[in-house]
Amino acid sequence: MASLPPIDLPPGATGAGAFDAQAAETDGGVLFDHLLRLGDDSLILGQRLGEWTGHAPSVEVDLSLANIALDLIGQATHFLNYAGEIEGKGRDGDALAFHRDVLDFRNCWLVEQPNGDFAQTMARQLLFSTWQKSLFEALKGSADRTISAVAEKAVKEVSYHQELAAEWVIRLGDGTDESRRRMQDGLDWMWRFVPELFDMDEATAFLAARGIGADVAALRADYDRRIDAVLAEATLDRPRDQRPILGGRRGHHSEHLGHLLCTMQFLPRTYPDATW
Amino acid sequence: MYTTELSKTTNVASTEDPDKLAAFEARVAADEFIEPKDWMPEAYRRTLTRQISQHAHSEIVGMLPEGNWITRAPSLRRKAILLAKVQDEAGHGLYLYSAAETLGTSREQMIEALHSGKAKYSTIFNYPTLTWADIGAIGWLVDGAAIMNQVPLQRTSYGPYARAMVRVCKEESFHQRQGYEIMMAMCAGTADQKRMAQDALNRWWWPSLMMFGPPDADSPNTAQSMRWRIKRETNDELRQKFVDITVPQAAALGLSIPDPALRWNEAKGGHDYGDVDWEEFYAVVRGEGPVAKERIKARRDAWEEGAWVRDAAAAYAAKRNRKAEAA
Repeated sequence: MASLPPIDLPPGATGAGAFDAQAAETDGGVLFDHLLRLGDDSLILGQRLGEWTGHAPSVEVDLSLANIALDLIGQATHFLNYAGEIEGKGRDGDALAFHRDVLDFRNCWLVEQPNGDFAQTMARQLLFSTWQKSLFEALKGSADRTISAVAEKAVKEVSYHQELAAEWVIRLGDGTDESRRRMQDGLDWMWRFVPELFDMDEATAFLAARGIGADVAALRADYDRRIDAVLAEATLDRPRDQRPILGGRRGHHSEHLGHLLCTMQFLPRTYPDATW
Repeated sequence: MYTTELSKTTNVASTEDPDKLAAFEARVAADEFIEPKDWMPEAYRRTLTRQISQHAHSEIVGMLPEGNWITRAPSLRRKAILLAKVQDEAGHGLYLYSAAETLGTSREQMIEALHSGKAKYSTIFNYPTLTWADIGAIGWLVDGAAIMNQVPLQRTSYGPYARAMVRVCKEESFHQRQGYEIMMAMCAGTADQKRMAQDALNRWWWPSLMMFGPPDADSPNTAQSMRWRIKRETNDELRQKFVDITVPQAAALGLSIPDPALRWNEAKGGHDYGDVDWEEFYAVVRGEGPVAKERIKARRDAWEEGAWVRDAAAAYAAKRNRKAEAA
């Protein structure tokens, strides 16, 4: 099947196809939803990075990927436990992580993308951690004290993730011909998921206006500067923009997420009465 | 995790300078640490290189059976703990490789020896992790056996190895408690969980006893290694200690140890236990363990598929150096 050519959007235009539309309404309100977004981003990326364990290009890399995964699972635990409290229906972080299906996950498309090779993993990490760092810097000032406390702690972790990813992108981009080709391919694969990170939907705008969430659209210019600086040093080309792929924040995901959840949720789902 | 004294007989070459050898042995007997730049007999260097690199390989291969469950850990807390544990193991591997390098063999050479099958690693990692209880059993039994082996090694005669062991032991003891805690949760849980826990103990018990290596009578290196204080207790002594400590732990969990011959012997103040299947042990040492091929393939694949990354890092570093020199 031939793919459609990318369409250049006029500035300010947003995607509004049926796929991008709001999924069936879930309970719990906009703050609950916001916390799921924060928690699910960290959870799903942590899960992906955990897949590398024991298979990385060197022991040092194995260590650093496990380290990042550990930080992310920690963040997910904080955000999802808090989401459960806000929801007030007796669900905790584990219930939310292990007993929701695809339509109720609120992570972005970027984090659920397969690891691919190490270059693709690092492309995903750079694009995500650079964004997450700016996001947490903004959320440090959140009017919600739990969010601001978690962001305060997590921003230090994420700064390290960002630095590590940037170093690898530069090394691979400016390394050998093969590593450069792989790094460019990895970046090209992940690039189409960047706009979703800055999508100001109604819920994001609502919480940003109340000082609880961040104005993510306002983070874009700084993000572009930071990414461009890394790409320049890595001698890599900035991929071409295309029509944004949205939907993750509304429960509409890639096909990859379902498979990831099968693995991640298998034990609690198979033995629903067990405590581990 | 851990090292088994698996192989070849050590020949102390009669070509060593007798005065130097006598001085060396006196230092060791006085419990002094031998440091990398000190004179040492070639056989001492060889034995230690083999033992430390086996230990390092065991840490790295040992990441695989546990890594197998990171993506399926049943709660966020368990996932975080397992990630931290496997991360510790990578760390142990790194400083053990470094300790071995001080004896004059490079990490690349050691890894090459692992991949070619020339170097060994602990037999225990050639068994599969089938259920979540296996993660508990590995922490409880395998890390438990490892600690039993490694605590005396904190006073081993080679300084870098002894110092590495101090840190490793602290972390291993944490891992063992975490493993036991998994078993406690499962044994206090549903019938399915208890079944997994008992099955895990059934499968891991004997391989854990094998971790201490062959019986003293068949352990050709023990005498020399004890004399040089590379080893401080014999295989059988350590195995007995492990059995005696583990039996009441199993009882507290309500699990049965799969050994009909196991009973308390008042006269010796320890447990009698059944015969270990040493045929199985030697077969696993030869590479015939149930998942031995998978383990080595996974390590080789990771190494080969990561070659372009390591090449890129080296090429980038070289470019940077050239630029720095030109500037």
